[in-house]
Amino acid sequence: MNINWTLFGQSFTFFVFIWFCWKFIWPPLLDAMHERQKTIADGLAAAEQAEKDLELAQERADAQLKEAKQEAQAIIDATRSRANQMIEEAKSDARAEGERLKEASLAEIDQEINRAKEALRAQVAALALIGAEKVLGATIDAEKHSEILNQLAAEL
Amino acid sequence: MASETQTSAEYIQHHLTNLTFGQHPDGSWGLAHTAEEAAAMGFNAIHVDSMFWSIVTGIIFSAFFYAAARKATSGVPGGLQNFVEMVIDFIDDITRSIFSYNNTLIAPMALTIFVWVWLMNFMDLIPVDWIPGVAGLLGVHYMKVVPTTDPNITMSMALSVFGLILYYSIKCKGIGGFLGELAFHPFGKWGILANLPLEVVSLIAKPLSLGLRLFGNMYAGEMIFVLLALMFAAGPTFGLLGGVLQWGWTMFHLIIITLQAFIFAVLTVVYLAQAHETEEAH
Repeated sequence: MNINWTLFGQSFTFFVFIWFCWKFIWPPLLDAMHERQKTIADGLAAAEQAEKDLELAQERADAQLKEAKQEAQAIIDATRSRANQMIEEAKSDARAEGERLKEASLAEIDQEINRAKEALRAQVAALALIGAEKVLGATIDAEKHSEILNQLAAEL
Repeated sequence: MASETQTSAEYIQHHLTNLTFGQHPDGSWGLAHTAEEAAAMGFNAIHVDSMFWSIVTGIIFSAFFYAAARKATSGVPGGLQNFVEMVIDFIDDITRSIFSYNNTLIAPMALTIFVWVWLMNFMDLIPVDWIPGVAGLLGVHYMKVVPTTDPNITMSMALSVFGLILYYSIKCKGIGGFLGELAFHPFGKWGILANLPLEVVSLIAKPLSLGLRLFGNMYAGEMIFVLLALMFAAGPTFGLLGGVLQWGWTMFHLIIITLQAFIFAVLTVVYLAQAHETEEAH
């Protein structure tokens, strides 16, 4: 257990080995470790980003789907209301047309009645004249007695 | 193993003597043939076995880690790189948690100390007579294979760390700042007479405790192995018991050598962190 030059020998060895480790061992290994760490971290971050992107895309797709549905619903609603409107219009048109036809028919009937009345009146006048001639035995001058005849016809 | 011609005391003495090369009192240089001769050489000697095994273990560490460093890839690491990275990651984490200053030397130094000291300690687990036995057959009389049981080795590393502490203290705080820290803590400038002895003692205690802790633990462990080895010479019953005990102590010692290597590395980082500390943290 003598203290001697070994003390200095070992000190020299000590610094040589530390220097070697400092220069040639530590840096390449630590660089490699850090680089790998970074690669893994980047990979994980990319995966996370992709997941987030996917989620975002899903959300967007959902929103678009919803919008499309709404649009379709709106179209259906509009169409349905248009159809209803058309039906109503058709109904009211038909009703108006029916009314008009009925009115026209009634007017025609009236006309027909009047025409018949006129004809009858004329015939009655003629018949009355014939009757009166028979009664009077003389011809009644139509022109002379037109006033009377017209009065008669009006009374019929 | 204690042979017929060797008493137990001689056997132990033999195991505790370094292979010493140095200057004999008569002026000639050569290997010491006895413990007394080695002691007589004084400071002008060197422990060849300690230096040899220290350098061998250091080269094993460097070669092993350099092989991994040269083929280091940021892709999928192989088995060697995996293991080396595990050790580096462990040391890097600990260094980061203790040492927050900008100095790239600290972490590699902690790694070197941890692995190298562990390897030197590990020599303790090789059965005590194997390497000295082979060396004896080759004509080398003394062979102490565990460098860390040599106070020269442990104190040398501790003093080297101490040198770094002084260097970084002065570099980071300036010579005035460093001396001021010694003189004006912990009681302020009026307590300088109390501060100076306290701080100087605590400063000197750092390398002493660092070196002697490692030496003490390893020396005691080595001594137990030597004593257990003595049992092999005391008949088959004791030999068997000795074998079992040696196995048990090896398992336990495996924890000790790791712990001591770890403590040495961590304390080095702690001391150097203190050396870098510039502002008042008290």
